[in-house]
Amino acid sequence: MRGLDEGWIVDHDDYSDQYLREILASVRVIAMVGASEHWNRPSYFAMKYLQDKGYRVIPVNPQAKGEEILGETVRPDLAAIPEKIDMVDIFRRADAVPPLVDQAIAKGAKVVWMQLGVRHDAAAAKAEAAGLKVVMNRCPKIEYSRLHGELAWSGVNTGIISSKRRKL
Amino acid sequence: MAEKPKTPGFETLAIHAGASPDPTTGARSTPIYQTTAYVFDDVDHAASLFNLQTYGYLYSRLTNPTVSVLEERVASLEGGRGAIAVASGHAAQMLAFFSFMEPGDQFVTSNKLYGGSITQFGRSFKKFGWDAIFVDPDDPENFRRALTPKCKAIFVESLSNPTGVIVDLEAIAAIAHEAGCLFIVDNTMASPYICRPMRWGADLVIHSTTKFLSGHGNAMGGMVVDSGRFDWAQNDKFKSLSEPEPAYHGLRFYETFGDLALTVHGHAVGLRDLGATMAPLNAFLTITGIETLPLRMERHVQNAQAVAEYLAGHPAVCWVAYAGLPQSKYHKLAQKYLPKGAGSVFTFGVKGGYQAGVTLVEGVELFSHLANVGDTRSLIIHPASTTHRQLTEAQQIAAGAGPDVVRLSVGLESIADIIGDLEQGLEKAMRLRNA
Repeated sequence: MRGLDEGWIVDHDDYSDQYLREILASVRVIAMVGASEHWNRPSYFAMKYLQDKGYRVIPVNPQAKGEEILGETVRPDLAAIPEKIDMVDIFRRADAVPPLVDQAIAKGAKVVWMQLGVRHDAAAAKAEAAGLKVVMNRCPKIEYSRLHGELAWSGVNTGIISSKRRKL
Repeated sequence: MAEKPKTPGFETLAIHAGASPDPTTGARSTPIYQTTAYVFDDVDHAASLFNLQTYGYLYSRLTNPTVSVLEERVASLEGGRGAIAVASGHAAQMLAFFSFMEPGDQFVTSNKLYGGSITQFGRSFKKFGWDAIFVDPDDPENFRRALTPKCKAIFVESLSNPTGVIVDLEAIAAIAHEAGCLFIVDNTMASPYICRPMRWGADLVIHSTTKFLSGHGNAMGGMVVDSGRFDWAQNDKFKSLSEPEPAYHGLRFYETFGDLALTVHGHAVGLRDLGATMAPLNAFLTITGIETLPLRMERHVQNAQAVAEYLAGHPAVCWVAYAGLPQSKYHKLAQKYLPKGAGSVFTFGVKGGYQAGVTLVEGVELFSHLANVGDTRSLIIHPASTTHRQLTEAQQIAAGAGPDVVRLSVGLESIADIIGDLEQGLEKAMRLRNA
């Protein structure tokens, strides 16, 4: 499935580095749906990492509402977040995605990001039609680290070739 | 509509992949980070590193900046998602199987492998309870017939050392995947310049980087490259990646790291516990070697083809096993899987048997008589009197190392000098026979 983004065709099977870079550089506040208070869950890994990189991450999880994860109060749903949010990061099964997209649009988010293993093309098309950018089946932690040279620390093929010195 | 940036060519990747200028110093050549450990920013940073929650260097048994450059370089050349560098090719095989095998598990493998791999699989792996089932790889169906419910993988070499056997990668990959098994290909003899096994369905590629990748006969090393395409959760065979890992407090590698699962597991569990780490200096030498891999391989196969053709017409030679020759039974497969040339390691038979073989390896002056392949230097060995001398003659023949067999690794010297040296060596062998 393809969506149009400022003259770029977004190929949801193969995102360009530029597309992901622009998203990660433009968002500051991320609502993480399905955030877990258990430190060995993938969402906890991603939240902690993204906080370290300067993002504000607001956990959303109806089962844990009112609790704190990594210093942030857990909200029951997107509408209950008092702040403006830039991106919704979805750690839920694909069939839970469509209502979350509706809420993300209503909340004024600019990006809907679905985690590794999560993909819903119809919901993505709806978000894109409403002017949001969409990423599916990726992890923002992995993409951030790949694009910033950190993933190469673990022997990963980042696909990045450059004769320029990377900023520290 | 803007075009996406094109993927760089093989030669560009061979020089640049993984190796941007050093961010701290601007050093253009990859620095040798000769350190065992790395400081933590604070306790929280240390905890994140130990929990695999952030990326960074912790201890060089697991990761090292020089070694990481080499890992990315080889992963990139093979078209893989990530790679784990280890101390040798044998360590690579050990780490690859260690990542998913449990006691009682089985795998099916070609019986035409490098002899050292047959010993490792057939003997040492048994101590871990891993059972290798050996089959003749010429008929892909032999792999299917040998599969059992306990099998987790099929293993082959893209180009066998030293017999020159080439297997039908695409057909065997399909058999492995139908059975929910991994397809593992050792690509040492071909190198990614000549063969890209992942294009034909390989899930993991193994290298002894000691050979053509480093290329100069000066650095030991091995590599496990992961395609990132294998679904570790498709069945219950790969629980070490799909189920909670107790040593990391119940973390599931596949769920947490997705297509990086094996790469992360190989460092965080494999290297942590097997400890077969590649030294940073060896990584540096191998990185430097790979920069010229395309040029070297081009000349290696060109020289090998010329030597094979010369030997095929020599009166002291009974046979030549080189897939670049049209009379080879592997010629067709070579054209499909190794279109740039059939490698530069092959065997031939010298008339006069054992003694003629010994006379030849002792009589050459440019070829080095030693047990290695993939050097800039031309190398020669007579397996029956060296690597395979403990075997009976019947066992030697079965292993492709009969009394008349001589193995060459054709190097990069002037082709006239390479052929001239064999010429005078073969003359000595013939004189002996006629005496």
